[in-house]
Amino acid sequence: MSGAAWALLAVGAVVALTLAVGVFGLRVSRTTSDFYVASRTVTPMVNAAAISGEYLSAASFLGVAGLILARGVDVLWYPVGWTAGYLILLLFVAAPLRRSRAYTLPDFAEFRLESSLARGVASGLVVIIAALYLIPQFRGAGLTLHLVTGAPTWVGSGLVAAVVVIGVAAGGMRSITLGQAVQYWVKLVALAVPLAFLAISARGGSSTVWHSLDRVGDAAWLEPLQGPYALYLTYSLILATFLGTMGLPHVVVRFYTNRDGAAARRTTVNVVILLSLFYLLPPAYGVLGRHLTGAATSPDTALLSMPGAAFGGTLADLLTAVLAAGAFAAFLSTSSGLVLSLAGVLSQDVMGRRLAPVASFRVAAVGGALITLALTWLSTGLAVAHAVELAFAVSASTFCPLLLLGIWWRGLTAAGAIAGLVTGGLTSGVAVVCAMAGYTPTGLIGALLSQPAMVTVPLTFAVMIGVSLATSATVPTHVIRTMIRLHTPESVAVDRSGFRTRVPES
Amino acid sequence: MTKDPPPRVRVTAPVTARRRRTTVVSELDAESPIGEVYLRSLLRSQLRLALGVTAVLVVTVGLLPLLFALVPWLRTLEIAGVRIAWVLIGVCCYPILIALARAYLRRAERNEQDFRDLVAPLTGAPNAEPEGDR
Repeated sequence: MSGAAWALLAVGAVVALTLAVGVFGLRVSRTTSDFYVASRTVTPMVNAAAISGEYLSAASFLGVAGLILARGVDVLWYPVGWTAGYLILLLFVAAPLRRSRAYTLPDFAEFRLESSLARGVASGLVVIIAALYLIPQFRGAGLTLHLVTGAPTWVGSGLVAAVVVIGVAAGGMRSITLGQAVQYWVKLVALAVPLAFLAISARGGSSTVWHSLDRVGDAAWLEPLQGPYALYLTYSLILATFLGTMGLPHVVVRFYTNRDGAAARRTTVNVVILLSLFYLLPPAYGVLGRHLTGAATSPDTALLSMPGAAFGGTLADLLTAVLAAGAFAAFLSTSSGLVLSLAGVLSQDVMGRRLAPVASFRVAAVGGALITLALTWLSTGLAVAHAVELAFAVSASTFCPLLLLGIWWRGLTAAGAIAGLVTGGLTSGVAVVCAMAGYTPTGLIGALLSQPAMVTVPLTFAVMIGVSLATSATVPTHVIRTMIRLHTPESVAVDRSGFRTRVPES
Repeated sequence: MTKDPPPRVRVTAPVTARRRRTTVVSELDAESPIGEVYLRSLLRSQLRLALGVTAVLVVTVGLLPLLFALVPWLRTLEIAGVRIAWVLIGVCCYPILIALARAYLRRAERNEQDFRDLVAPLTGAPNAEPEGDR
């Protein structure tokens, strides 16, 4: 079957490229600081491409187009929210977070709250969010390889896990910074080229497509706000994606590689531009896919079956291979970032100082990836897009309030922050557990469980503020000093010494 | 905010030892009440800017679902054979996000420039001289 051969060739090329960049990185990264943060020599444009390349995951590449095909115009809010999340991050978090010199979210919690318990709670949440986000990447890889070659699903997920661990453990951050920046353009081209062919094949232009959709009785699919509780679900999704982005562990790590706070802002503006460009494409696939294949296909693999439905023959095989390669670029880049941040937290907070830093980082990367891979093979039928959605909801209900209040309100106490993180983690965690167990009730409860953010985010804010006010005598001793460092530009020579960041400087 | 009269130039020899002790930076480092006033002004200007941009985001992008809920004919409106709802959400949101991001970047850097101008002339630091964009 030549289709499988083409697809294997394309996937193999992406894997080889990733490994080559990883091995190249091994030769340049020597110190621990290189490993973690590429020694902060990355320019805003390269860093923005790296952030975007890392961020565009299985859900963005495969999931959104499939969901639009299945559910219609309401799904367009996913890509809008995933982009707007960076605008909110720019407004409230980017520069102060870089100036805090925190490398991970637990670093920030410890620095701002001066509490190692707060650090521990934040570490636990990072592990949960990273795993929740990593599982769909591994599963997506399994499904994709299965669809294009017929291989069992564990082959694809195992392949991605192996490549990511080799890349991260061998080269560390520098290799994957270069790799991620390349991956953005790989993904954009891999999505744009087949789309051009599909659009040409849908002769007669957009109005023909729309009218054929009208004729086949898809009027409901074309209209926003379909189904029960549509307005609640839409606004809850908007809240989760707009506020959840800032708390994703693999996003925060990237900000440390900016030179200073101003560079962090410029990087974020570039990210908004690059993501806006990319996210114009998936809706076009959704509309063309509905036109070509109808509503019957499964959302997670709909994108890959479109060239076959439109053309057939070698052209279809080639275009499917291009899409599969782009999808693997998505799995590899997002998984790299997640394994990196998972390894960062595990090696610093769980394994302690028994091993040398670099050795401990490598062991943590291998261990973290293997455990998540086992979870992927064990957990049953959690749809790719829904797992990512829930990761955003957990992040928005925990780290978003911590970052916003920690950066802008000096009254936040360790007790208040911990109470809020636990409340937000538990309430949004109920939705995660129900989804993993396959419990999907209908009615209002079902709506609340599938999109919990509208309830859990305000609740967490209320708990953090309320408990902080009740314990206002325990405001961290150095909070004014912390605020000065978070907000004064680097060009003003205030005393910035005495940070308890655990990233060794080169 | 920067309309204060320029610092007086004395003809006598400067009392360097005393001046070093009372710079804004040293007030900030000492967490003195004066330093806190400066910090508060910076924090407030940046927070007001961020909340203002958020308000524009809410009024433009954020009100779209409510608009579709309240004005049902917008959901099925078609211009030149294209559903307007798809264009409004899937295309029009992105230029708004980019425009807001760029507008914020400019103003946030200006706020920091103002703060630096407020602080630097008194410090005598070498970075007090250059004006405008970096």
